[in-house]
Amino acid sequence: MSETRLIEISPVTRVEGHGKVTIHLDENNNVDEARLHIVEFRGFERFIRGRLLWEVPVIVQRLCGICPVSHHLAAAKAMDQIVGVDVLPPTAEKMRRLMHYGQVMQSHVLHFFHLSAPDLLFGFGAPAEKRNIFEVIRENPELGLRAVLMRKFGQEIIEATAGKKIHGTGAIPGGINRNLDIATRDRFLAQVDQMTGWALDALGIARDYVLGHLEMVEGFGTFPSNHMSLVREGDGALDLYHGRMRAVDRGGAPIFDMLDYNDYHKVLVEDVRSWSYMKFPFIRDLGPEYGWYRVGPLARMNTASHIDTPLANAAHRELQALTGGRPNHTTLANHWARMIEVVHCVEKIRELLHDPDLQGTDLRAEGERRYEGIGVIEAPRGNLIHHYKVDERDQVTYCNLIVSTTHNNEGMNRAVKNVAVQHLSGQALITEGMLNHVEVAIRAYDPCLSCATHALGQMPLQIEIYDAEHRLVDRAGQCM
Amino acid sequence: MTGESFVFHIDGVAVTAKPGQTIMEAADAAGIYIPRLCDVEGLRHQGGCRVCTVKADGRSVSACTQPAAPDLKVENDTPARNRVRRDLVEMLFHEGNHLCPICEKSGNCELQAMAYRLEMTVATRFPYLEPCRELDASHPDIALDTNRCISCGRCIRASQDVDGKGVFGYVGRGIHRRVAVNGADLAHTDAAVTDHAMSAAVCPVGCIIRKDEGFRVPIGSRHFDHGLIGHEIEEKRE
Repeated sequence: MSETRLIEISPVTRVEGHGKVTIHLDENNNVDEARLHIVEFRGFERFIRGRLLWEVPVIVQRLCGICPVSHHLAAAKAMDQIVGVDVLPPTAEKMRRLMHYGQVMQSHVLHFFHLSAPDLLFGFGAPAEKRNIFEVIRENPELGLRAVLMRKFGQEIIEATAGKKIHGTGAIPGGINRNLDIATRDRFLAQVDQMTGWALDALGIARDYVLGHLEMVEGFGTFPSNHMSLVREGDGALDLYHGRMRAVDRGGAPIFDMLDYNDYHKVLVEDVRSWSYMKFPFIRDLGPEYGWYRVGPLARMNTASHIDTPLANAAHRELQALTGGRPNHTTLANHWARMIEVVHCVEKIRELLHDPDLQGTDLRAEGERRYEGIGVIEAPRGNLIHHYKVDERDQVTYCNLIVSTTHNNEGMNRAVKNVAVQHLSGQALITEGMLNHVEVAIRAYDPCLSCATHALGQMPLQIEIYDAEHRLVDRAGQCM
Repeated sequence: MTGESFVFHIDGVAVTAKPGQTIMEAADAAGIYIPRLCDVEGLRHQGGCRVCTVKADGRSVSACTQPAAPDLKVENDTPARNRVRRDLVEMLFHEGNHLCPICEKSGNCELQAMAYRLEMTVATRFPYLEPCRELDASHPDIALDTNRCISCGRCIRASQDVDGKGVFGYVGRGIHRRVAVNGADLAHTDAAVTDHAMSAAVCPVGCIIRKDEGFRVPIGSRHFDHGLIGHEIEEKRE
C-alpha cells in the first residue's frame, strides 16, 4: 500500500468565490502536483442569450457583489458599440470613470485590509482564529477604522454615479443616466484630502511589508511570466477604464502592443482542462505552454509606461526600481501594486471632481446600430473582456466573458504549486498554518471565483490532501 | 347617474360619495388608498386581481367595481384585509418570473411597489411555477416579456377601449389563462408604440417594454423612489 498522500484545502477562505486546492504528495511527502480547482458552474453566458441589449449591463453585474461595476461598465462599453456609439459625451465618460475609480478603490481596500492584512500583520502561520479583520481592528483600531471609511468613500462614489452602492444602473448603452450634483461633489471634495493621506499610508504599509521581508517575498510563489493589460492609447500610461491591449514577456519585451481590443480573439485563446470549470487563456502565438500570462495590479505596473497622476507615478517608479525597470514577478508585490492603484484612484477622483463636465447634461449619444460589441476594462483584479452579439430584434445571441481571475488561472496554479513545494514538501505533519501559506499565494491575486465561473451562494475555498490512491487524508476548510 | 351625495364609512372615516361612484372612486377622492393592481385611471373597472377586496357590511367585494352606498361600513386598511392582499400578491410573484434586481421596471413597477407596501418581505411559501415563455421582441419599438405578466388585463382594455385595436386578449382558461397578442407575434399585429396600451402607465409590471428606454431613469428618480404606492392619493388627506 502506498504511503503517498493527497491534501485538499477546502474551502480556501478570504477570497471571493468557491474553490478548492488539491495537493498530491508522493511516498516521501514531496509535492507531486498542486492545483487550484474552481468548482462553481458558470451560466451567465448562456442565460443572457435572448435578453434585450439594454438589460445586459444590469444583468451581468450580478456576476459579482464585490466588483459589479466592472462588469456593468464592460458590458456597457460593449453595448455602446452595438448602439453605434464610439465616443461618449464627456459627461458620460467621466461619470463612468468616476464610478470605476470608486469601484477599484473600494475593492482594493477591501482586499488589502479585510482579506490580506491578517496574513501580513500576524504572519502566514498565525493561529486561524487570529487571521481575520476583527483581530486587525482589535489590535489596530485606527487602521481598522480607516479601512472601513476608505471603502465607504469608494462605495459612496459608486452610489453617486450608479444610484446604489451595489448593483446600480448608471451606465446605459451610449451613455449614463445621471450627472453629479454640486452638493454631492462638494461632499466628496471635503473628504478627498483625507482619503489621499490614508491611501498613501496604506501604500506605505504595503511597500514596507515587501521591502521589509524582501528575501521571503521574492521567494514566495514567485515565477516569471508574461503580463497583460490595457494601457492608454498613445503613451501607454496606466488606464483602468479604456485603452489598448499590451502584453509583455518575462523580460519586459512587447508581445503585442496598442492592440485594438476588438481583436482580442485574434491574440487570446481559451484552453479547457477537465478538472476545473475555469478556462485557461493563453496568447495564441506563444501556445499554451509559454503563452499564459498574468493580469491585475502587478501586471498593470509591469505593462504601463507610467501613471498620469503624480503620487501614484512616483510610487510606480519606486516599485519599478526594485527590478531595474524589468517586470516584477513577485506574487506578493501585488499588494504593493494594489495600493499604488488606490492612490491613483483617489488622485483621479479628485481630478474628476474638479471637472465641470460632471455637471453636464448631455448624457447619451446615439449612432447606427451594429450587431456585435466588445467591452474591455481593467477591473480591480485585472483585464476583463465582455463580448456580445445582438440580433436585429435587440436580443443577445452570443456572449463570451473572460474575467480577470480566468486570465490569472495558470498563474494562480503556478503560485499554488510553487508555495506547496516550498512549504509542504518533506513535511510529515501538515499543519493548518502551512496550508495557509498556499492560501496566501492565492489571495495575492485577489481572485473572484464567482466572477470566473458565475455562480451563486456561499462560496468558501477549500484545500484537500489526497494520497496516491486518491484517498482524502486531510482537509483544511476554514469558514469565517 | 344623478342624485344627492351620501356618506359611507371606510375604516370608520366618513366618506362622501356621489351616486354611481364605486367604493374605490369615492375613497380616492377622499384621500383613502385602497390597494389595486388591475384598476388604473382611464380604463373601465374589471375587478379581476381582487387586491382591492374590502369588506362592505361584512361581504367581500372588489372596491373597484362595487358601488358605494349610503351608510355602508367598509373595512379596508386592516391587518386581516392586508394579509389577504399580501397572499394574493405573493402568489403573483410565484406565478411569474419577477426578478426585480434585473428588471427595467423596477422602481416603477406596481407589483413590486405593492409588495413593499404590504410588507411582503419573502415569497417562499409556495412552489414557483417558473413559466418559460419566449420573449417577443419582434416589434421594432416594443417587446413583450410575458413571464412577468400578472394577467391584470389593463393592456387588453386599453387596446380595445382606447386604441380601438384589440392587440391583446386572453387565451386559455383557469391557471392556464394568459395574455396573448392577436397575431403570430407582436410584429404581426397593428400595435404601435404610440398606442395607449403601450404607455408606461398601463402595464403595471415589466411585461410591455418600450424598447431602448430601459434604465434611463436613474435610481432615486423612479416613480416609487418617492413614496409607497398610493402615496399620491393619501397625500390628498394630509
